[in-house]
Amino acid sequence: MNASSPVEDFHAWPDAQGRFGDYGGSFVAETLMAPLAELTEAYTRLRSDPEFVAELDRDLAHYVGRPSPIYYAERLSREVGGARIILKREDLNHTGAHKINNTVGQALLARHMGKPRVIAETGAGQHGVATATVAARLGLKCVVYMGATDIERQKINVYRMKLLGAEVVPVTSGSKTLKDALNEALRDWVTNVADTFYIIGTVAGPHPYPMMVRDFNAIVGREARAQMQEQFGRLPDVVTACVGGGSNAMGIFHAFLNDRDVRLVGAEAAGEGLSSGHHAASLAAGRPGVLHGNRTYLLCDDDGQITETHSISAGLDYPGVGPEHAFLKDAGRAEYLGISDDEAMEAFHRLCRTEGILPALESSHAVAQAIKLARELPKDGLVLCNLSGRGDKDVHTIAAREGIEL
Amino acid sequence: MSTAIDNRLDRRFTALKAAGRTGLVPFITAGDPAPELTVPVMHALVAAGADVIELGMPFSDPMADGPVIQHASERALRHGVSVAQVLEWVRAFRRDDAETPVVLMGYLNPVEIMGVERFAASAADAGVDGVLLVDCPIEEDATAAPLREAGLRRILLTAPTTAEARLQRACELAEGFLYYVSFAGITGAARLSVDAIAERVADIRKRSRAPVAVGFGVRDADSARAIAAFADAVVIGSALVESLAGSEDAGQVEQRVRTFLEPIRTALDR
Ligand SMILES: Cc1ncc(COP(=O)(O)O)c(C=O)c1O
Repeated sequence: MNASSPVEDFHAWPDAQGRFGDYGGSFVAETLMAPLAELTEAYTRLRSDPEFVAELDRDLAHYVGRPSPIYYAERLSREVGGARIILKREDLNHTGAHKINNTVGQALLARHMGKPRVIAETGAGQHGVATATVAARLGLKCVVYMGATDIERQKINVYRMKLLGAEVVPVTSGSKTLKDALNEALRDWVTNVADTFYIIGTVAGPHPYPMMVRDFNAIVGREARAQMQEQFGRLPDVVTACVGGGSNAMGIFHAFLNDRDVRLVGAEAAGEGLSSGHHAASLAAGRPGVLHGNRTYLLCDDDGQITETHSISAGLDYPGVGPEHAFLKDAGRAEYLGISDDEAMEAFHRLCRTEGILPALESSHAVAQAIKLARELPKDGLVLCNLSGRGDKDVHTIAAREGIEL
Repeated sequence: MSTAIDNRLDRRFTALKAAGRTGLVPFITAGDPAPELTVPVMHALVAAGADVIELGMPFSDPMADGPVIQHASERALRHGVSVAQVLEWVRAFRRDDAETPVVLMGYLNPVEIMGVERFAASAADAGVDGVLLVDCPIEEDATAAPLREAGLRRILLTAPTTAEARLQRACELAEGFLYYVSFAGITGAARLSVDAIAERVADIRKRSRAPVAVGFGVRDADSARAIAAFADAVVIGSALVESLAGSEDAGQVEQRVRTFLEPIRTALDR
């Protein structure tokens, strides 16, 4: 760490109120304050309980398939002509994305807290599938809220959830996407607080969710940091990940927060371009406000109404972002840049062709960002990119966009 | 201290207590069923026996509201209703009604984006008396401080799930009135369990200097009367909003207000 300037410990956040600097907190209806306190208490107790930790580690190893490898994408790197691009293969996890790291943890918590019913919101359906999966395994009743628009564009995941025994409830209010699914899940929770555990799918929502979801995903960065040391003898020059709500990005960033020489770059969905108004780049183009229980950067109009977002990838189509990212942006510790639909599509095809890896559209944003970063660095540079999920769920969207009928 | 500033809410509840009456607090969403009807509806509510008017500021993501108020918000937003517009309606209402307290109810983001201080000053100037921010619990009180400084009463909520220490603190901080949410749920649901509410409200009234209003699930004269047996006021929202939806002109909406509210007033005064 840099000795000449006062060094901030980025691992010290959040504070006891769940704040990351000015961001975070618990901006929820009164009825939810008690279940949030109950959850905070249970999580704080169990996270340091050796038995709980051992149970979680076992599940991560034998059920999720951890550790996931890092992989040097040599042909891609050569074609790009810059630094070496290293992929953290979260796409190889059970259910095909990083989302299961979090749902395994929260479902175990639900069981320890004696809650027989879990609910979740989902955008791309990955978090819904990951929740339905762990619910099936633990014998918990599972209800997933999903925007009607997303149900249309992620049909395969809807069917997967149903096969896993979950009830998928279409949400038709507002913009019929992820934010509305989150509203509806909160309404369910308010109504069923006694027997229900709400498994939030990203580092957003009220305290303790941003902290807890980050902690459950932080294994991604812990593994990757050790794997980089082991295989390349040093840390990467830059780490990049896509940012929807920000869980896979927080997951891989967290272990590197105090490595001040490692640059951290989040790739937000710039959709049709940041100036088009059709995007989901809350950090790059939004402003601080309050949504879904926390203060963070969000996309809203001058009257404070949340605006509709656009991204080719349903998982990034969210007008807010986790409060810790807002904090890291203001602190200058991480940067957040926009990747357009077209850039993500191009990166998608490139990774398919050069490496035989079909990335999720969300992750394709990270790959596009990694390609840009690799071009800025010398050939011996190292760009670590979180490949948060696989793209099987997106083949219909991609085919439709390219005018191909399946 | 801000509580020293004269406030219509305090005067109204003092008068109700002196008269031995239960307060009637109807809720409507500003701008619904149509923007030009909001001020006429407010006057009609007073004529039909309202003691306090709760005016909802529409928000795109009303996470604590059920379908009726969600849809009312969506309709209002389609009409382009803004916070500034809502304040203008209160100002217009005040030209003909200097006495009936008005409480604005809404979510934090539109207020934050306007700037809490600017909002507080404009609201006080327009003739608003209290503000209830659904997603701003006592833990986030610092955010709401400018409201009190402007002489507005910050209306706090308590719920069946509110834990002991927080309940005590809410009772200590309460001003204007304390809003008791009658069940764990969203607005518009109907699951009143009168005995449990009575017990809880009795406990709250012992601790709080502020009067206690009960809301969520009060739909008609019978449920209002049951609650009136132990509460200082009843709040009626979704059922009223639903009955006004689709009204086409001032005459029709005023008629519907009378039909809905007058039996409730009568039941409360019986
Ligand atoms: C594969 C994948 N990556 C990323 C995301 C975005 O979420 P987050 O920003 O929380 O990682 C999603 C969300 O559905 C996803 O499925």
